[in-house]
Amino acid sequence: MNVNVQFREDGDLLLGFIEGEIDTYTAPILRDELEMIRLSEGLLVELDLSNVNYMDSTGLGVFVAFYKKIVQENARLKLTNLSARLTRLFEITGLSELMEIEKGGASNASI
Amino acid sequence: MEQIRKQYKKILSDYIGNQSESDLYIGQNFIKRMIQKNVTPEEVISIHKHALEEIYDDIPESVLHGYDFLIEVMVHFGLKVQEHQSLLAKQEELRIEMDIAAKIQNLLLETEIPKPRSIDIGMLSIPLRKMNGDYVHFMHDDERYLSVAVTDVVGKGVPAALCMSMVKYGLDTLEYANSNPSYVLEVLNKIIEKSIDDSMFVSLCYGRYNLKTNVFTWSSAGHEPSLYYKASDQAFYDLEAKGLLLGIMPEAKYTQQDIELEDNDFVILMTDGVTDFRNREEFDSREIIKGIALENRHLSAQEMCEAIYEEMKKLHDFKLEDDFTAVIIKK
Repeated sequence: MNVNVQFREDGDLLLGFIEGEIDTYTAPILRDELEMIRLSEGLLVELDLSNVNYMDSTGLGVFVAFYKKIVQENARLKLTNLSARLTRLFEITGLSELMEIEKGGASNASI
Repeated sequence: MEQIRKQYKKILSDYIGNQSESDLYIGQNFIKRMIQKNVTPEEVISIHKHALEEIYDDIPESVLHGYDFLIEVMVHFGLKVQEHQSLLAKQEELRIEMDIAAKIQNLLLETEIPKPRSIDIGMLSIPLRKMNGDYVHFMHDDERYLSVAVTDVVGKGVPAALCMSMVKYGLDTLEYANSNPSYVLEVLNKIIEKSIDDSMFVSLCYGRYNLKTNVFTWSSAGHEPSLYYKASDQAFYDLEAKGLLLGIMPEAKYTQQDIELEDNDFVILMTDGVTDFRNREEFDSREIIKGIALENRHLSAQEMCEAIYEEMKKLHDFKLEDDFTAVIIKK
């Protein structure tokens, strides 16, 4: 089990495609990948989670930490294409009220 | 060293001469002296090689090279053995520390199940590893109010356990069981937000039961929704709220709701360790829990918790992946 992130940059938009399972063992990999992003004011980071088939609370922790960093830098974060299971996880934890979460996303629109 | 060389050579040539058991025995005992003199295994081989060279002058070069090779290999072997032993010692040290930490945690976070007259309470909290990332806290004001907090810290093991102690002391400072659940969550949220790392948080479900009016007032911070069974409707309801996890935003607000429990009604509070089926997406775990609870509703609250645990363990092929905690309050 592993997690893999690929980025595509398009002006003020940074698209990230996350693939795999995010748990206690893979969360540090994702955290390191996200930490390498150079955030700037006005940058929109859109993370596509359509290929994330499992996430536990450690995974949520990675997104929370990244979200806090985004807010600090005046950038924006959007999570897109969450499975029903992931959507429920973000809803139960109240995070969907805090973060921008979309069923579709720019990655979908461009296809 | 020179003396050792000489003695070794003597013992070796005696042995080669008649291959007797007694010479072998002398050789084996001689090792004790070598150890006393701090002779390493590779030095033993080197002593052996020189002794052979002195006993025989017709040893082929290739055999001597073979010895040189063995000496080098043994140097490395010795280093690796040392490394391995020091890791084992370190591991043992950590294991002992973990055992002590787990004992301290059990003492600190020990939960006593209150026994008020009008309701039946059951609780089960089983850690996945030595340290529990879940915690249940009860408060009971002499037959007026009973409050319960079911909490889960993100992550497992030691960091989660340390964070949990903080939650416990936060709850202890609130002191009275009659506080409003939404207020309790707001206070705890501020305490936790100030003290922990950005990727750490706590989910918590807090309920207050009025033992005079049978009103159960509850509030939730990012916690798995509780299940409420209303006997008169013969139906389950999810106690759902969208309160944010504790420890993320200092200014987070929480709402609270009331339900009135009637005879044979019950509420199941649990952590996500009860509902999470990582590899069985087709399982609707909440429906399964409802089924088990319904089937066992004639049992005591404690027995119901145990029945849920046993059944869920079976469904997980006896390999639970998270700390498991369930509390049942039954009228």
